[in-house]
Amino acid sequence: MPQMNMVQAINDALRLEMRRNDKVVILGEDVGKVGGVFRVTAGLYDEFGEDRVIDTPLSEGGIIGAAIGMALYGLVPIPEIQFADFIFPAYDQIVSELAKFRYRSGGEYVSKLVIRTPMGGGIRGGHYHSQSPESQFIHVAGLKVVCPTNPYDAKGLLLASIRDPDPVLFFEPKRIYRAAKGEVPEGDYTVPLSQASVVRPGKHLTVISWGAMIYEALDAANQAAAKGIEAEVIDLRTLWPIDIDTIVESVKKTGRVVVVHEAPKSCGLGGEIIAMINEKCFTHLEAPPVRVTGFDTPFPYTLELEYLPLAHRILPAIVETAAY
Amino acid sequence: MAAKKGSATKGSAPPQLATKPSDPIAPPVALPPEGTDAAHLMQLYRRMQTIRRVEEECARGYAQGKIGGFLHLYIGQESVGVGAIAALGPDDYAVTTYRDHGIAIAKGIPAREVVAELFGKVTGCSKGLGGSMHLFDVPRGMLGGYGIVGGHVPLAVGTAFASKYRGDGRVTLCFFGDGAVSIGAFHEAMSLAALWKLPCVFLCENNGYSMGTPLHRTLSVEDISLKAIGYGMARDRFFARDVLEVEARVRAAIDRARETSEPTLIEIRTYRFRGHSMSDPGKYRTPEEIEAQKKLDPLSRAREQLGLSGRSEEDLAKLDAEIEDEVMDAVRFADESPEPGPELLAPTTYAGEFAR
Ligand SMILES: Cc1ncc(C[n+]2csc(CCOP(=O)(O)OP(=O)(O)O)c2C)c(N)n1
Ligand SMILES: [Mg+2]
Repeated sequence: MPQMNMVQAINDALRLEMRRNDKVVILGEDVGKVGGVFRVTAGLYDEFGEDRVIDTPLSEGGIIGAAIGMALYGLVPIPEIQFADFIFPAYDQIVSELAKFRYRSGGEYVSKLVIRTPMGGGIRGGHYHSQSPESQFIHVAGLKVVCPTNPYDAKGLLLASIRDPDPVLFFEPKRIYRAAKGEVPEGDYTVPLSQASVVRPGKHLTVISWGAMIYEALDAANQAAAKGIEAEVIDLRTLWPIDIDTIVESVKKTGRVVVVHEAPKSCGLGGEIIAMINEKCFTHLEAPPVRVTGFDTPFPYTLELEYLPLAHRILPAIVETAAY
Repeated sequence: MAAKKGSATKGSAPPQLATKPSDPIAPPVALPPEGTDAAHLMQLYRRMQTIRRVEEECARGYAQGKIGGFLHLYIGQESVGVGAIAALGPDDYAVTTYRDHGIAIAKGIPAREVVAELFGKVTGCSKGLGGSMHLFDVPRGMLGGYGIVGGHVPLAVGTAFASKYRGDGRVTLCFFGDGAVSIGAFHEAMSLAALWKLPCVFLCENNGYSMGTPLHRTLSVEDISLKAIGYGMARDRFFARDVLEVEARVRAAIDRARETSEPTLIEIRTYRFRGHSMSDPGKYRTPEEIEAQKKLDPLSRAREQLGLSGRSEEDLAKLDAEIEDEVMDAVRFADESPEPGPELLAPTTYAGEFAR
């Protein structure tokens, strides 16, 4: 099997689906001739031409609004927002139009598209090139939200996202775009949405994370193992609709939970996960669930390594929760 | 799929709908217009050269890892910021994009504070919290650099409104790129400023590219100043080659804003000599194109003009040496300054002890 990084795996998925389905079109800033600022769409313009890989002006509201309309008329657009931080000029289109289409047309119309966008910190990008806005989209009923952590999942989840009947926000953790490498099958396969993956089994404690922080969680779990704590690490993969069953099953076994995410703590997905755990398996808990997250501040330029919930901040949370 | 749609993605030659700006071939360097104060031109040259050298040092700092993330240099565009801001009064506001180092220096922020900010040091003008794209200075009327394209344009409407409301005679000068013309915020801002007759000058620094995309692939018209017509706004359009011309023509718009409270859209054609940011390999432009543009460098032109108006090479070399000292001092200062600590995060997020 070929070795790929995340960028190559996503590119592979896009190419495959564009060959398979001529309704798929890509649009965004510099996605065509240039091949995207992260090179994710490299080569697609040459293969599929300017009508299917469309360079747009700087116009996020226009990109997403137009994509919604294309989808209403049966195309399958995959707009790219260059950084998740730039999605907000399109937020109105996403929240007011896209998310509510199926509902407000009584199920008649659906706007099926996949918005791809890089998210997260780790490249010293400061406040406008680092944010993790996933919960701001989860809070809007009607959208699915996906975030892969390795090349295999990236390809399989993207193909599943494109073929899913509902609109999907596909967040790509840019910190591991090239760092995460692995074997990726050639040809077609999907990784089903809404199925978390237990990336490290353990019995003392459950660590839940997603995106680039999964590697920090694994690092901390391995360090904890040296202290005799066996942490189970769950990679959510699809953030919404969430695979609560896998979480509950694990928490029933361990009774202890640490959630790790880059986004600010308050009203983050971590809070929602802990509320669901409380609702579904409160009596199994042996310790208060803990969140290790970004701060409730803008994403800082200089203090990035303090802000991110890296292994050195996760480890004490694991140790304390295990000992509680 | 047969392509039956319009030419939006076709990249065909743009229609010529309006007056072209002055001849794209630079006229030979001539004496500055009569009445030009050579000391003043010397000042403008000094600022442009300071910006150029600061930017070169920033490129070096980036290569050395002292600056992280994204770094957008102003090299090539100095005559726009320096000329335009020379026409502003000290109390007037300037607001711009992420390509903001030159505007910040032209607005009077010391090179030390600019470089320290880029290096993420607490002595920087935004305490090292913002970095390259976020240079702010309240007392000097620098309303900041903005990383979200178009995000600042409506804010300029607001400051201009407040100036009019308070009757303080201030003008807001709002810089943005040609790429920003495609985003909604720009149009909403233009619409309001014209409707409310606000003392605001919208200055489009048209460097021909929005990241890797040339203008003719992002705009349906070649002449950006045309956008003013639909809003009933005054407009102007010219090349950035001569810093004195930039100053004079922007001054006309600023006077109009101050005297009759009328906004203007100005399009200034310019060119960035470097990539969009330091991480841009820039394959979408040919070396020939860049070389041809470098021959029109407004900075060298200003230097030649100074020579023609009687400044000796010795005077100019002395000035360059002073600038060199100032810039190297700024780099040293930034190198030696401490980074901000985490204790700064909370009080810069909320006024109270709230953030966690
Ligand atoms: C809303 C938004 N979309 C996209 C970006 C990414 N981006 C930053 S600069 C840029 C190109 C802007 O070009 P232009 O306005 O011409 O300014 P220039 O860089 O040429 O000075 C793009 C696409 C952004 N910062 N904000
Ligand atoms: Mg531009």
